[in-house]
Amino acid sequence: MVNEAAFHPWDDPDATPLIRIEGVTKTFGDFTAIDDVSLSIYGQEFFALLGPSGCGKTTLMRMLAGFETPSAGRITIDGTDMAGVPPNKRAVNMMFQSYALFPHLSVWDNIAFGLKRDGLDRDLVGARVDEMLKLTQLGKLARRKPHQLSGGQRQRVALARAMAKGPKLLLLDEPLGALDKKLRQETQFELMDIQEKTGTTFVIVTHDQEEAMTVASRVAVMDQGRFMQVDTPDRIYEAPNSVYVADFIGDVNLVPARVRQLRDAVMLDWAEGKRFFAKPVGDLTVGQEVTLAIRPEKIAISREVPEEPNRVKGKILDIGYLGNLSTYHVELPEGPVIKCEVGNRSRLSRRDFSWDDEVWLSWSDTAGLVLSS
Amino acid sequence: MNRLSWFNVVSLTLGFAFLYIPMVILVIFSFNESKLVTVWAGFSTKWYGEVIRNEAFLDAAWVTLRVAFFSATIATVLGTMAAYAMMRRGAFVGRTLFSGMIYAPLVMPEVITGLSLLLLFIAIGLDRGVLTIILAHTTFAMCYVSVVVSSRLVSFDNSLEEAALDLGCTRFQAFMSVTLPIIAPAVIAGWLLAFTLSLDDLVIASFTAGPSATTLPIKIFSSVRLGVSPEINALSTIIIGIVTVGVLVASVLSKRQIAQARRDEAMADQAEG
Amino acid sequence: MLRVFTAIPYVWLLVLFLVPFAIVAKISVSDYAISIPPYTPTLDFSEGWAGVNAFFAALDFENFTFLAEDELYWKAYLSSVQIAAIATFLTLSVGFPIAYGMARAPREWQPALLMLVILPFWTSFLIRVYAWIGILANEGFLNQFLMWLGVISEPLQILNTNWAVYIGIVYTYLPFMILPIYASLERMDPSLLEAAEDLGCSRTAAFWHVTWPLARPGVIAGCFLVFIPTVGEFVIPSLLGGSDTLMIGKVLWEEFFNNRDWPVASAVAIILLLILIIPIVLFQRHETKERERGA
Repeated sequence: MVNEAAFHPWDDPDATPLIRIEGVTKTFGDFTAIDDVSLSIYGQEFFALLGPSGCGKTTLMRMLAGFETPSAGRITIDGTDMAGVPPNKRAVNMMFQSYALFPHLSVWDNIAFGLKRDGLDRDLVGARVDEMLKLTQLGKLARRKPHQLSGGQRQRVALARAMAKGPKLLLLDEPLGALDKKLRQETQFELMDIQEKTGTTFVIVTHDQEEAMTVASRVAVMDQGRFMQVDTPDRIYEAPNSVYVADFIGDVNLVPARVRQLRDAVMLDWAEGKRFFAKPVGDLTVGQEVTLAIRPEKIAISREVPEEPNRVKGKILDIGYLGNLSTYHVELPEGPVIKCEVGNRSRLSRRDFSWDDEVWLSWSDTAGLVLSS
Repeated sequence: MNRLSWFNVVSLTLGFAFLYIPMVILVIFSFNESKLVTVWAGFSTKWYGEVIRNEAFLDAAWVTLRVAFFSATIATVLGTMAAYAMMRRGAFVGRTLFSGMIYAPLVMPEVITGLSLLLLFIAIGLDRGVLTIILAHTTFAMCYVSVVVSSRLVSFDNSLEEAALDLGCTRFQAFMSVTLPIIAPAVIAGWLLAFTLSLDDLVIASFTAGPSATTLPIKIFSSVRLGVSPEINALSTIIIGIVTVGVLVASVLSKRQIAQARRDEAMADQAEG
Repeated sequence: MLRVFTAIPYVWLLVLFLVPFAIVAKISVSDYAISIPPYTPTLDFSEGWAGVNAFFAALDFENFTFLAEDELYWKAYLSSVQIAAIATFLTLSVGFPIAYGMARAPREWQPALLMLVILPFWTSFLIRVYAWIGILANEGFLNQFLMWLGVISEPLQILNTNWAVYIGIVYTYLPFMILPIYASLERMDPSLLEAAEDLGCSRTAAFWHVTWPLARPGVIAGCFLVFIPTVGEFVIPSLLGGSDTLMIGKVLWEEFFNNRDWPVASAVAIILLLILIIPIVLFQRHETKERERGA
């Protein structure tokens, strides 16, 4: 994030959040979509709700927009309780997953739609629409109908339309889901640019962890209607608080183990007479069953015996060549298969390692995390 | 499935011959000189002259058109409302009865619908005439309209309406400014269907029409009962002609629109690449 | 707003659809009278409860007993169902090959073929029935043609027989049979047949094991769409049928317009409805099941 250094309202006890979600539950019949969650989102944040489909992220967003009402709990935006306020009376706008562009209206009329509802003066509407067209670089396409636009252009019209009324909060439901990968990456940066320029608070719903990590100032990882962890992208990646989060974000090796000794580093038994050292997360007791999580890129691979205290010997089972990276699957004699990733810095004329090679894997004692849940 | 066997060719040929030969014969013999419908005696357009000069036919045609126009229009409003309400509302008291009443007239024998409406009009002392036919036709046509409109609403993207609400519309504004313009083709199709159903109907009109109002089908039916006549052939040809031209024009127009939309989309995708 | 959208059509249908049925039901248990309206009793509120009691006391199922005892009505119901069933079968036999041929035709022809099937549907029903009078009459085109071919030496009596009714029904209801069958066949993936042949089916076996099961929902829908309205059909039997063609729609019409016996006509209508409820409910169930399967 560009503005990360200065922008940390969630760490400031005096900051007033823009949105407060307090003990909100939403049930549909027997099904609990949102299970007693609380959250504060601050002004100018770019907040991501991340989770697999069916985790409740869309329901939570629709409650912010006013399309669903909480079964229990309270949502306040800018200090006002939103209970009973219909969507058309909220200073919240939404960018829909399908974009929901009105097919019978031109790009210009789509963007002007919300402004006209406010009974704004003709000239003011025109000026604002032009401003939005400029912001999203759609100037030349103003007279086109949605079906005459490409996917990327439609996405920008949807954004312009939702931004036109200058909402306090903009909700984006899988905004880039319909675009192909390359366009999606470009658009992520455009979105961040626009968010920064306008200072609007964005809440984005996505199932794409890369997208959430790229654009958001904070990410809430959701599962089964609950928040698993709410934190900045780097903390989510480097310091996940649970096996679920560690596994959901990026690639990770998970090794079941038992706590043997607690000092600066934890000593773990992971197999008969085999030990690892790692930094603990949360309170641990000796003898507790835990999981050791290590990211593949934090593991080094070598033929010679390494210096590191955490080292294991194994046999290469599989090699995946991804261009910029190579992935090795190494089988340990004790059973587990460990993934390790190595950057390909120079062009390879031939591989250093081959199938069935005996290799050493190693990592520092700060690389691994001990997760108790 | 793009291999037509001889069996397919034969069944298609015979099938379409069966569908169209009776019509063709009917049209050809409307230009017959003779009063005998089955013996060709030379070309003549005199029966068309007879039709145009026949005041009873013209009066009946005028009544029929008025009835069809008003009943189709009211039926379209009511049918669209009903379809929309059924689609958007969850459970409400009497929903089953409501959906039953929407679908039942589609399969109800016309004699029963006609009889029951007549008995209602008599019970409440409403004089039979143009108004009662309009009421009757509206009632059964609105069900057809509602079926046509519902089938469009099924594929309607709900988020379009939510977007309108999100941008500040009330529910009614969202319906008028977003939903209605988008489903307009289905609504128009529903109107056309209601209009032709009303134009066509003999049985219900016979029950609900009084002596003061006779529709064209009633008129045709009473003369046909007396046997075939070249005048009816001529009248039928006129009706077939109007319908055919109407349907063909409508289909060509909609085809063009679809083709245009395809071209636009292709261009838009190219622009991106 | 949704309330208003529900209420207006709801009230309309209550008044113009449901109430009329209540009236039919009520008159069916009334007695015939030479008066206006031609039935008795009529509800008289001026006498208060006594009037209401007297009204209900005067109602009876006499008309239904009459229908049950008079052979004419029994036969009319039976023969309506029979004619409708035979005509449905004939329509299926004519319609299936057409629908099948349409589904196998080149993609670019299909819209035009579909158009050709739908076009007659927009043309007046009455005119389409009328067109057959001139063809089926003793001196009509069919007889002329057959005699010219030398197949027959004397004109066949077709008009005013049940055969003419069958032809009329097949002709007018054909689109209702073709469209649902075509719709289910058209969705079928052509590679299914190739797969079946690849797995050892002959062409005929592939048809019976693959095409027919997939077409069945369309066939069932088509049969219901033809059968249900045909049972109560009036125009076709009265224009093409003879004096011995018994169909209940015609009986009801005559009872009402010629005999002016409204109570009996109402009783006829009620029983017709009871007979039709079974196929209507079956049809609804079939449609719901298909929709669920599609979803």
